Formats: sequence, structure tokens, C-alpha cells
Amino acid sequence: MDNLGELLHGFSIAITLPHLALMVIGVLLGILVGVLPGLGAPNGVSLLLPLTFGMQPVSAIILLSSMYWGALFGGSVTSILFNIPGEPSSVATTFDGYPMARDGRPTTALATAFGSAAFGALIGVILITFLASWVAQVALAFGPAEYFAVYFLAFASFVGMGGAAPIKTIVALAIGFAIAAIGIDTVSGSVRLTMGVDELVKGVNFVVAVMGLFGIGELLVAVEEEFHARAVSSKIEWREVFRAIGRLPRHSVALLRSAAIGCWMGITPGGPTAASFMSYGIARRFSRRGRYFGTGEVEGIISPETADHAAGTSALLPMLSLGIPGSATAAVMMGGLMIWGLNPGPMLFVDQKDFVWGLIASMYVGNIVAVALVLLTVPVFAALMRIPFVIIAPLIVIICVVGAYSVSNSYLDVVMMLGFGIVGYLFKKLFYPLAPLVLAIVIGDKAEDAFRQSMLMSKGSLGIFFANKLVTCLIVAGIALLLLPLVLQLPRLWRKPASAATETTAQETAREKVTI
Amino acid sequence: MGRTSTLLLSAAATVLAGTMPALSAWQPQKPIEFVATAGPGGGTDNLARAVQNIITKHKLVEQPIVVVNKGGGSGAEGYVYGKASAGDPYKVIFGTSNAWQQPLVSKVAFNYTDLTAIAAMAQDEFLLWVKQDAPYKTAGDYLKAAASGEFKMGGAQSKDTDEVLTRMIEKAGHIKLTYIPFKSGAETAVQLAGGHLDSHVNNPSESLGQWRGGTQRPLCVFSPKRLPQGAKVTATEGWGDVPTCVEQGLDIKQYEQPRTVWLPGKVTPDQAAFYVDLMKKVQATPDWKDYIEKTSQVDTFLTGAELDKFIKEDLEHVKQVAGEQGWLVK
Repeated sequence: MDNLGELLHGFSIAITLPHLALMVIGVLLGILVGVLPGLGAPNGVSLLLPLTFGMQPVSAIILLSSMYWGALFGGSVTSILFNIPGEPSSVATTFDGYPMARDGRPTTALATAFGSAAFGALIGVILITFLASWVAQVALAFGPAEYFAVYFLAFASFVGMGGAAPIKTIVALAIGFAIAAIGIDTVSGSVRLTMGVDELVKGVNFVVAVMGLFGIGELLVAVEEEFHARAVSSKIEWREVFRAIGRLPRHSVALLRSAAIGCWMGITPGGPTAASFMSYGIARRFSRRGRYFGTGEVEGIISPETADHAAGTSALLPMLSLGIPGSATAAVMMGGLMIWGLNPGPMLFVDQKDFVWGLIASMYVGNIVAVALVLLTVPVFAALMRIPFVIIAPLIVIICVVGAYSVSNSYLDVVMMLGFGIVGYLFKKLFYPLAPLVLAIVIGDKAEDAFRQSMLMSKGSLGIFFANKLVTCLIVAGIALLLLPLVLQLPRLWRKPASAATETTAQETAREKVTI
Repeated sequence: MGRTSTLLLSAAATVLAGTMPALSAWQPQKPIEFVATAGPGGGTDNLARAVQNIITKHKLVEQPIVVVNKGGGSGAEGYVYGKASAGDPYKVIFGTSNAWQQPLVSKVAFNYTDLTAIAAMAQDEFLLWVKQDAPYKTAGDYLKAAASGEFKMGGAQSKDTDEVLTRMIEKAGHIKLTYIPFKSGAETAVQLAGGHLDSHVNNPSESLGQWRGGTQRPLCVFSPKRLPQGAKVTATEGWGDVPTCVEQGLDIKQYEQPRTVWLPGKVTPDQAAFYVDLMKKVQATPDWKDYIEKTSQVDTFLTGAELDKFIKEDLEHVKQVAGEQGWLVK
């Protein structure tokens, strides 16, 4: 119970007027960079970093982490309203958030997302508070083989859940892996797949890919299908905000499961992106309304959002206690720690108690501030949906172009973004799933590095993936998730001979419609 | 106009003419972009941001400065960008020795000669680190144990400074190591703490927290003499207590990584001189001393012919190692 005493001391540091003011400023700035695509939390935090050099380390980290919370919330707004994920970790939120918003329920979608996000963050902070020292030990057990096993599990949980035709999922994955391979390879140091374009040495930025795939791709589909009837008449309804929050406890199983997945992936550190995908995949398999996922299901929003925030929050723990950042934003903050003269590592908890516990306390307070501020903005954001499509469509194009350009001030990125738009459109038209493609682009290269590092260590033997209990469990769980759909199919194949083929085709088409 | 005034006027003109070169020397007229050839949070990024902060705080330049990260392709993204901006004096590129090392070993679309070298501002040292509870106390013990050929050495990136040093250790110590590349030094340090590796050759700042926390300790430093004493890192030891590798029978006298500053190619000598001068001013501030101390680097300033000589020597050396390993790109 030592930790509780320290936490109370932390609260006395965090709840002071200047610090509360910093939190409000940080959260508002964060919402802003989160909503503006192409900026995102890592960039926002690095822009703000130089301003903090003259501050007390505690005040500085409170400002930066509040900005992080704000950006995490803000990132969900564009995903839900315009199908443009501002952060890798909010991609999975688009799958059900966007259909729901388009259905005329943007308020419900946003409020549900924010509510479950706050819940995820809260679980993450509680975990940090009570299990800090234990968690640090868990993370140390992760070598390359264990990392690979975690990524494998993320892939497996997503791929195995079905949705699209398995072969199409594999095709999408393979394309994603190829895109992730572009640029310099960590293990061999050589340049791959740049096709003579010098600038491609930096690889394909994730933001560029998703803006095209989701933003532009969706726009093309919309223009073709129904472009006059797209303005949604959504009333500004304050009560709906609270009703949506009030309905959350009904989905407590989904909330708890997603928070657990999020915390696990944040600590291990698979990161928020893998967490949100994995959580969505598992929810789709185990939820009672799983087959409606992709059409605007509440649990389809709850699962990725809760996991994303639980992971984002618990990712700060490995950063503080081990000096490994669990996310890009955590990496920037770690740079900040060094400049403020603090060394992230095991001694931080001993030497800099005020700093560490002030920060942890500020996570509680900062998240409450963030969720209060962000819920206030829901009706305003929801009102954006009422703008007619003819006005919003060019705006989306502008946002995507500016966003892609601002990633690294490169014209090539804009061209690639438009190219990805066409790919996104083709995927939609041909019923190929976008999610595996995106997942492979984001964690494909990490999985590859981890696999090849493991192979170097074991001198080429696959035995390293069964060398200890931890890695064996992860791999076996992954394989089980991968094979589950096949096993479930077996008895049905047995019972149904070829005569029932017509019925199956009907089912298949119905299922393809909801392919995401 | 009387004769005196004419005289005075011409005198004034002469005086003015005398000061002219100083006045006409190049000054930036629009915002300056600092390009860090690393992702946010790394050593190179920290340097770029520290310099930006010092310049802004002491008002060394009138124009605003923005830092952008172009760390893709192990930094190649930033250098290629610098090459593409030839003649543009508003882009300052911050990097390391990979500006000349990377083109040797991988097919990247730049060479350091495409850029204008401004200065090497700080040297990062390298140390040989092992896990805290490892049985060996000296580099000699380590080499003896490593003779089994089963040792795993971790490092940041492939065919980069860490792997070059690893190959040098192999040669000097007559051992064979399995080199495992990771994305960064921080990641490598954690892998060592978890016991997944036997050793690594991190810079002081990359493993400082881990040393204090008692997960790993340095065996020796690859430097001709011991590091300055400074404050104690652990309860009993500071950087100055770490023996040199030569003392312990690992014959590698010196291995350092300079933090380098570049302009794009084809800039005028005036423009280059402005930035050399600016970096000198930055280095004279107490904030710089503070930065150097906090990141446990060594303060140096190489520019002009000295820097050129340093690059050439390092290049020769790396070429030799890379040649032996068969890394050179044709």
C-alpha cells in the first residue's frame, strides 16, 4: 500500500491551480492536433517540447501528457465523422464509428467512443498505480521471439475472425507486408523496393496510406453511389450524450475484455495500434452481435477505443521504468525527459518520486479534464455532419492533401495518398478487406524485424518460439485463434453436402456486404 | 560643400567601406528549418532541439527556427532531402557519422559530398556493456568467455557504427560474436537488461538510466583516456571510474561518434560561414555545457580543414572494416 500513499502525495502536486490550467491548455491543444489530420500526437508533442525546456519537469510532463490525452480523443473525431483516422490507433474505430455517424447517429458514436476511451484510460492508470514494479519485470521478459509472438497473436486474432473471404484477407495482408517492406531494412541495412525513387528510402508513412485508403477511397465510393443524399440531419442533442454514456455499462463484458487486451498490449509493448485491432477482431468473434460489425455496432466502437486508450496509457509505464517507449508519442516524451535532466530507467521511481507520482496523479485528473472537455464538444462536432456533401467532399480532399503533405513536406506523399485512394476504392468495389492491409502496413515491419532477430539469435532454428513458457503460450494462442474459424467450419462441412451450396452463396454475399 | 566636409565625407565613406564586408555578410531573411535525420526522441533529434532552444533563448538569430524530423531509412531521408535542396541556405541538417558511412554500405541516393559540412559539435563515446550479474569483471574476462563463440551482441541498426565497432572487437579480441540489430540503443539496452543479449556497445546516455538502476554495467570505454569524472552515476562509481578498453587488453584505442551539422550543397561560403559562426556562439553558452553534461557527451568543435581530415580518416577506417566484411556496395 506504499503506492497509495505516494499517489496521494502525487495528487497534492497535480491538483494545484497552475497545473490544472496546464492540463486544460494541454488537452485543448491536443484535441486540436488530434482533429487536424497529419499533425497527430507525436508531432504535436514535439512542437510543444521546446517550450517546456524552461519549466519544472513535473509541470512539463503534465502539459505534454495532457496534450497526449487530448490528441487521443481528438483522433477519434475525424475517424468517426469523416472516416479519416488521424492516428494509426484510431483506424479500427472507423469500422463501426463511421457507419453509425453516417446513419444519423454521430452524437451517439462520439459519446460512446469518448466514454469507453475514458474507461480504458482509467483502467490503464489504475494498473500503473498498483502494479508498476511487477509490470516492469514482465516487460523485461520480452526478447525478439516474444515480440514476434505478440505481433503474431495480433495478426491471428484479426485474420482468424473471418469477415471477408480468407483468401482475400491473405491477399490484402500480403500487399500490406510488401508496402511495409519499402525503405531501409533494419536487419540487413539494405534498401528495398524503392523502384529507383530516391525519396522512397524513408518508407511509406502510415498517415499517407490511411488518408488515401479511407478518406479518399470512401469519397470515391460515395460520389459514385449516393452523392445527393449524404447530408445527415442530426439534431444537436445534449441528452443523447448522457444517454449514450449511460448505456455503456450494458456492454461491460466488452469494456472489460478490451481494457484487458489494451493493458496487456501496452505493457508488452505491442502498442495501442495492435491493441485496438486485436480488440476489435476478438470482439467481432465473441460478441453476440458480431456478424453486424461494420454496420455501426456500439460494441464495434467500444472495443477498439477502450483498448486503444488502455494501451496508450499503460504504454507510459515501460517508458518511465525501462526507458522503452511503447508508442511514438512516448518516444518524444522520453526525449523530453532526457532534456529535462531525468533519465528514464529503473531508478526514476526511486530518485524522482515527486515527478513520477505527480505524473501518475495527473493522469487521473488529466483524463477527467479531457473527457469533460471533449464531451462538451460532441454536439459541435456532430453538427459538422449536417453540412451538405457537396461542401464537405472538397473539404475532405483538402484535409487529406494537406495532411499527407505535412507529414514530411513532400509532394510525393500527396501523389501516393491519391494512389492509395484508388486502391481503397478498388478494395471496396471488389470486397477486399482494408483492415488487414492497414494492420500489415503498421506492424508488418516490426513483426518482420522481430522474426529475423529471433532467427539470428537461434541460428535459424524455429525452436526459439517454443523455448520458454511465455513465448510458447503466445504462439499457441495465436495458432489457435488462426485455426478457430477452420475448426468451426469442419462440422458444418460434414453435415452439409454440396446440395446446400446455394444457401451458402447467399450467406457469403450477405457477409461480403459488411466486409470492412 | 566645403573642403573639410568633402574630406570628412570621403573619410566616412572609407570607414564605411571598411565595415562593408561585415554588413554584407549573409544573414538569414526567412525562417530556418532544422532537419533531424532521426525520429523524435533520439540523440540527433535532441541535439537539433537543444540547439534550436539555445538560439531562441539567447536570440542568436532574428528568424524563427523549426525542427522537422526526417529519420526514415536510418537517416537517409534527411540527407536525401538535403541533397535535393542544393543551394538553399535555410535548411540545416543534423546527423552523425552516418552521413559518410551509410553511402558506403547501402545503396542510398546521397553522399556526404552532396552536402556542405558545417561542424562536428559533440562526440558521443562508446562503452562495452554487460548485464549487471554477468560473471566477468573486466574486458579480458569477457573476451575469454566470448571465445566459446556463443555470445550475442546487440546494437542499433545494421552495418552502422555499432556493428562496425562489434566487428572491430571481434578482430582485436580474436572472437566471433552474433550481432543482432535493433531499431535504437534504448531498445538494445532493455534487451540486455532482460538477458536476451550478452553485451552491447551503447553510448553513455543510452544506458545511463539502466546503469543507475543496476540492470547493466560498463566494462570499458573505447577512448584513449578515461572519461572526465563528473558526478557519481551509481552509489560508488562515475564515468571516470570506467577503465579504458586498452587498459584491459582490448586493443581499440578510440571509437567515437561525432554529432554533425550540414548545409545542402552549392551554398555560398558566406552562408556556410554564418552557420559555423552561429554554432560557435551556441557552443559558448552555459546551456550548451548543460546539454553536454546531461547527455554525457564530449564537447568538441571541428570545422573546415580539421573536420575534413576527421571525415577522411574515419572513412578510410570504416572502408577497411566494411571491405573485410564484404559490406561495400558496388
